[in-house]
Amino acid sequence: MTTAIVKLLESNNVLLNINAESAVDVITKLGNELFKTGYVKETFVGAANAREKKMPTGLPLLGGINAAIPHTDIEHVLKPGLAIATLKNDVIFQNMAIPEEKVAVRLVFLLALEQPKAQIEMLQEIAKVLQNPDVINKMINAKNYNEVIKALEGGSY
Amino acid sequence: MNVPKRILVACGTGIATSTVVAKAIEEALKERGIDVITRQCKAVEVRSLVDQADLIVTTTQLPSNLGVPVIHTLAFLTGIGKEDAIEQIVEALQKKN
Repeated sequence: MTTAIVKLLESNNVLLNINAESAVDVITKLGNELFKTGYVKETFVGAANAREKKMPTGLPLLGGINAAIPHTDIEHVLKPGLAIATLKNDVIFQNMAIPEEKVAVRLVFLLALEQPKAQIEMLQEIAKVLQNPDVINKMINAKNYNEVIKALEGGSY
Repeated sequence: MNVPKRILVACGTGIATSTVVAKAIEEALKERGIDVITRQCKAVEVRSLVDQADLIVTTTQLPSNLGVPVIHTLAFLTGIGKEDAIEQIVEALQKKN
């Protein structure tokens, strides 16, 4: 079960099969939604983009569909939450471990985080999702918010 | 009684990735009967905290010559190579004895 993610994930903050040109473009689109829904301050998008450039979050995954988990410092966040995008085409992020390396990403989790311990459940659930190609596949193929939730809840954790 | 080893877990912001990694390390080592104390930090804080650590596990690039072993891995996030990473940690901690 991915209860913590599902609790924090509003339908407005799920963008499916979107066109995006770059990592900056995805982070900006998702960040704007988190701002509109009251999770983050105006400064969040700029801060998340700056941080992604300096310390990227692209993650090569087991099933070959790769993800990124952009986030930034807690001072830009109003309350914990997240936004998810699935991308129509690959968008290039840089690899978290090896920033010189490119990762072609199709799934993005933009995280609005406060104190670390408070979001431990959500973060652990995201790691479980990242480690489960079946759930990732279902999310990529989801046509609406409910299918995303079903994919998240359907993982055999 | 063994004194628990101290692992410094570093990532970019010190809040997201290192939280998951620290917890996963604690659980994996507990299963093997090894107690550790983890502390999370930002990559830029490593230099000032390294004196209090026996080992560093990081998801992001760190300066070299920190004076303690550094394991650079995404395994605790992505699951890829997780068993290897655990082995490396156990080995590095055993050498410290």
